[in-house]
Amino acid sequence: MAYKHEALETNVIYLAIAILLTISIGGLVQIIPLFAVESTIERVQGMRPYTPLELIGRNIYIREGCYTCHSQQIRPFRDEIERYGHYSLAAESMYDHPFQWGSKRTGPDLARVGGKYSNDWHVAHMIEPRAVVPESVMPGYPFLAAADVRTDDIAKHLIANRRVGVPYSEDMIANAKADLMAQANPEGDGVDALKGRYGDKVPVADFDGNPKRVTEMDALVAYLQMLGTLVKFSDLTLKELQQ
Amino acid sequence: MANANAAALPTREPYIEDVVKAFTLAVVFWGVVGFIVGLVIALQLVFPALNLGLEWTTFGRLRPVHTSAVIFAFGGNVMLGSSYHVVQRTCQARLFGGSALAWFVFWGYQLLIVMAALTYVMGYSQGKEYAEPEWTFDLWLTLIWVIYLIQFAGTLFKRKEPHIYVANWFYLSFILTVAVLHIGNGLSMPVDIFGSKSYPAAAGVQSAMIQWWYGHNAVGFFLTAGFLGMMYYFVPKRAERPVYSYRLSIVHFWAIVFMYIWAGPHHLHYTALPDWAQTLGMVFSVVLWMPSWGGMINGLMTLAGAWDKLRTDPGLRFSIVAIGFYAMSTFEGPVMSIKAVNALSHYTDWTIGHVHSGALGWVAFITFGTVYYLVPVLWKRPDMYSRKLIAWHFWIATIGIVLYITAMWVSGIMQGLMWRAYDDLGFLQYSFVETVQAMRPYYAIRALGGLLFVLGALIMVYNVWMTVRGSAAETAGGRLRGAPQAAE
Repeated sequence: MAYKHEALETNVIYLAIAILLTISIGGLVQIIPLFAVESTIERVQGMRPYTPLELIGRNIYIREGCYTCHSQQIRPFRDEIERYGHYSLAAESMYDHPFQWGSKRTGPDLARVGGKYSNDWHVAHMIEPRAVVPESVMPGYPFLAAADVRTDDIAKHLIANRRVGVPYSEDMIANAKADLMAQANPEGDGVDALKGRYGDKVPVADFDGNPKRVTEMDALVAYLQMLGTLVKFSDLTLKELQQ
Repeated sequence: MANANAAALPTREPYIEDVVKAFTLAVVFWGVVGFIVGLVIALQLVFPALNLGLEWTTFGRLRPVHTSAVIFAFGGNVMLGSSYHVVQRTCQARLFGGSALAWFVFWGYQLLIVMAALTYVMGYSQGKEYAEPEWTFDLWLTLIWVIYLIQFAGTLFKRKEPHIYVANWFYLSFILTVAVLHIGNGLSMPVDIFGSKSYPAAAGVQSAMIQWWYGHNAVGFFLTAGFLGMMYYFVPKRAERPVYSYRLSIVHFWAIVFMYIWAGPHHLHYTALPDWAQTLGMVFSVVLWMPSWGGMINGLMTLAGAWDKLRTDPGLRFSIVAIGFYAMSTFEGPVMSIKAVNALSHYTDWTIGHVHSGALGWVAFITFGTVYYLVPVLWKRPDMYSRKLIAWHFWIATIGIVLYITAMWVSGIMQGLMWRAYDDLGFLQYSFVETVQAMRPYYAIRALGGLLFVLGALIMVYNVWMTVRGSAAETAGGRLRGAPQAAE
């Protein structure tokens, strides 16, 4: 063995090539089929790209490192399903660049937190978590309510997402800024157009309770309120859930 | 060119050592920074007020600072520095590309660390664990890494020894694989060429698989293969014994290089990742136990016939106990990758404890052993300033690790059990927040363990400082170290 190995340990190029070949196999076998095999992502109804406001909210979620304490992935166990809802499907994160499944639950799973609490609860919780959950160890995020969202480059965010495969239409991109403002302004004119583009179920509200501005709090709460709500599980057949 | 020069000279060119010195000091510096940030975020989980209500100081933003500082700053610097040291000596050749390139790698890497930490605190993040830096920094690291590879492989090319020493196989596999992983996981679409934000190329389940292909092999190749390279040079050197089994090193090298790559999906058990991928990940993770222990046996048994040095040489003791922790965490890892176990352990502190038995016990301890070896060699001192202080560092840090990992075992297993507990009526017994509350004493114990680890590192800082400051003549007089004596 040592004798045959001599060819590798006396030649840098051979050794480097042998290493590269050896490490390639596992990665290729595990990654390529996930793109190639169609059944990897279930064919379910209801998935849509994030609205501009939700996308900004999601970027805030990433920016604040929420994934360091919260998962977004419910496992198919009795206790998790009772606690959080239906187990997570691959389809539900198909537009997530990147995925935010997380690997630690210092706080609870958020995959289906949408609709479980009121907007007011979320805002109060974000500003001072211990005001609503005394035992919580979560940091407060009062600064979100004071920061306006950046609106000038929102179309570019949609375009970048489209380039990596999220099906934003020309219409969605052209009206990105209008849709962003409309989602936080239920009294405004743009709501119907927004729902026309993203569906009737899009939550429209003055999420942070401050009608004068569209803040990062609006965006984050809009994102949290839609998490896990897109797929209507009552309509699903077992066949559709198969991977 | 360098080669021709070397051939013409009767004696070999001097090794490049000032860069290795700089790397060694950077290791000590970033180690302390990374440990302290870790301690701060550990305390935040006990006292949430320590998040200060500021956007720059929340757990979510500081946690990547901690992980990047310990993995890439502390671990990265020791790997770069020690590989530059080892490759020159085992090849009997001066570093290819010379001093200027090596200094570029050094400062380029430090710049990257500082910029990454600053931008995390300011809220720039890709949102992928251990790969948080945005695309601009990813490109910068790629440049530095390519130069590093050229220097390392170039030195192997011009070696005077017929064979490439085993430590260099591990270093080379580390450099190449990290390059592949970094590029593969880093593919992303910038929003604006002049902006920082980008969206990774893959989404959802593919994004998850690619991330943990990267993430687990950051452990496998950054924190394992590279550090095994260190083990294969510094343990035999320090023990003045040859490597135990040459054949074993060949077998376990190729087995590790082949198998580690497959282990990523064990981070995604019971998720939306297809079952076949989860099963592959589990099987290879379990089998990986064998080559891991092959390396462990090879390292430990190198001490055969020289076990007494464990008593007399506290620096070596760090390296050997590191191998012990390596054995422990490479056994624990495969156990946790079994789906039935993972169902309990995943998302809990058990994972955090496992990572730290590897990171504190293996990575940091073998690094401390290397630092205590390198500092006297590089600064031409007969020994470290004080062996007694090394022994103090050793025991304080060891107690810190034990507190840390036992606290995390208890809290992790307890939390996993509480989540799935049902009462007599068939309802979930605990609300989530009750499990949070139950964790608190263990988080306090963990923070105490972390504090001890920081204190130990500060002792090392003092010891290194005094060794560097003292002159060669002064220390050679024996004031600081006479004959080897038993360390307490």
